Amino acid sequence: MLKNSFKEKININLLLYLGIIVVSVLILTFLDMNKREYIYAISIIERSLVFAVAALAMNMVTGFTGLFSLGQAGFMALGAYTTAILTIPVELRPNVYYMEGILPALENLSFPIPIAVILGGVVAAFFAFLIGIPILRLKSDYLAIATLGFSEIMRAVIASHMMDKITNGAYGLNNIPEFSSSIECFIYTSICIIAMILIINSSTGRDFKAIREDEIAARSVGINIFKTKELSFVVSSFFTGISGGLLAMYMSSINSSTFQITLTYDVLLIVVLGGIGSITGSIVGAFFVTAGKELLRFFDEPLTVAGVNVPLFKPGFRMVIFSILLMVVVLFFRKGLLGGKELSLNGFKKYSRKKEDKGIQVGGAS
Amino acid sequence: MSTFLQYVFTGISVGGCYALIAIGYTLVYGILRLINFAHGDIFMMAGYFMIFSFAVFPFPVAIIITLVATTALGILIEKFAYSPLRQAPRMSVMISAIGVSYLLQNLSTYLFSGLPQPYPAIPGLKQRVMLGDASVSLVTFITPIVTIIIVLLLLRLVNKTKIGMAMRAVSKDYEAASLMGIKLNTTISFTFAVGSLLAAVGSILYFTDRSSVYPFSGALPGLKCFVAAVFGGIGSIPGALLGGFFIGISETIIKAVGLSTFSDAFTFIILIIMLIVKPTGLFGEKSVDKV
Repeated sequence: MLKNSFKEKININLLLYLGIIVVSVLILTFLDMNKREYIYAISIIERSLVFAVAALAMNMVTGFTGLFSLGQAGFMALGAYTTAILTIPVELRPNVYYMEGILPALENLSFPIPIAVILGGVVAAFFAFLIGIPILRLKSDYLAIATLGFSEIMRAVIASHMMDKITNGAYGLNNIPEFSSSIECFIYTSICIIAMILIINSSTGRDFKAIREDEIAARSVGINIFKTKELSFVVSSFFTGISGGLLAMYMSSINSSTFQITLTYDVLLIVVLGGIGSITGSIVGAFFVTAGKELLRFFDEPLTVAGVNVPLFKPGFRMVIFSILLMVVVLFFRKGLLGGKELSLNGFKKYSRKKEDKGIQVGGAS
Repeated sequence: MSTFLQYVFTGISVGGCYALIAIGYTLVYGILRLINFAHGDIFMMAGYFMIFSFAVFPFPVAIIITLVATTALGILIEKFAYSPLRQAPRMSVMISAIGVSYLLQNLSTYLFSGLPQPYPAIPGLKQRVMLGDASVSLVTFITPIVTIIIVLLLLRLVNKTKIGMAMRAVSKDYEAASLMGIKLNTTISFTFAVGSLLAAVGSILYFTDRSSVYPFSGALPGLKCFVAAVFGGIGSIPGALLGGFFIGISETIIKAVGLSTFSDAFTFIILIIMLIVKPTGLFGEKSVDKV
């Protein structure tokens, strides 16, 4: 009986996920074929997908391991710059580095996009490994401020004159190859998301959750706290770096101010709205926030109704709404849209079954 | 030599402002165990309060309005964003603090536009004074004096008065303090009021020297001052004073040497080194985790 229901669960969820993937591919193919018409929709979808990877990576370390890390922008910057430096077409490099020139070693160093993106993740993971050794021993709030500090250091280093020949300093990089189609973006992001889901659901993922729930209890059942934290931090940074590389491709030009603290806060907004500790929450949240930010653009435009200028509508109103939304979620729906739960067919089934049960009970009582 | 002197004075002056903000962090952290991410933005809002009240009122009134409005803002934030989360896990409170910071930044962008607004020149403060060979503005000179007077007053408040005793009790043990009949909410509100008031004073001194305010002008000073508070030992007022001066002076020296891109990074390197070597800071008390 138990085995049966387990099997059923796996099958249904697998079917659901496969279904989602197939439907998404179909929709994206359709959009790609009519690119000119749907260019705006495609851009929103690509951005959402990239942020879904970033949010899920943050959720892995913050929601599942309980380490409040605010270094997302820094790791994304590392990934983005690595990807950009390795993929900008060689013949265009003199134009990009028109001020100071490029380091001779990098001049002809070029990789195919997927490898460059993965290398971006590796660089981010390597830095995470190094700084993780000292700072993961810190308690929650100190960890938050230390990672935030790391992110600022990265930004300062990238923008500094000493890095001119590598990162082009304050001028930033452009001519980064864009996604050839939204399917390409979908493939990269869905591989990352599936990989992260598999990790979170593996026994390592359960170690993460054990640490989140109770560090001392986790230690007493034989989990190596430090190693596990470090692993979670490094893996999360790897995927954050990849999302940074994808963001660079999405934006096609980056500079150090792209990776300010605000970027971290944007990712945090997605994670909190979607629900800390919910995989599907982060993904849904990414689409919700990104699409919402775009679709609410009209809030930033002056609005005239019947000849009267509505006073509230002016630049910046959109972000005020989002900050209020964040506060409302934190204060009143502390668990976010989905809480620690996941969206799944089984969930729906259980929910409807519960309703049925209730119906029967009520019926019986009367 | 004269330029060197000038840098030293600037450093001490900036350090004084940092110290005033750092005390706000230290007080709040001491009581709620919360990094008040919004503190830097309260400091920024104080700048805007000054700009707008100065446009209407003569400067002594404008200063009083700024101080009162900032204090009220601090209390309001505590009431709405932090007090509902007393029993919540620490991460929620921290996210709430980030949310307030995000809100204040976006709100001020919305209300006052993202462009820097000119900060009014308070009569007399910008006057140049010759000190030996160095020419410094009067505010540079006044800041450390004001800071030290305020710190002395604050130490008296915390150590000698009844409310100060309540503050110390709450920071030592939350529950026991409330069992002893200390009004928890009043004490916490009072702490936020004091912290915000100091941020307002710091803001007036800081922006007079910089002459413009924009929505993100509180973010980085805020983080630096938190580092200053950690450096001196969180929870300790003399520690925050020392940390503020240390960060201010070393930052100015780094800028003077020509590494200004790294002046911000330097602050965080100090933080990371300090947290590894002596996590309790210079004057901090050791805390023991209990199961």
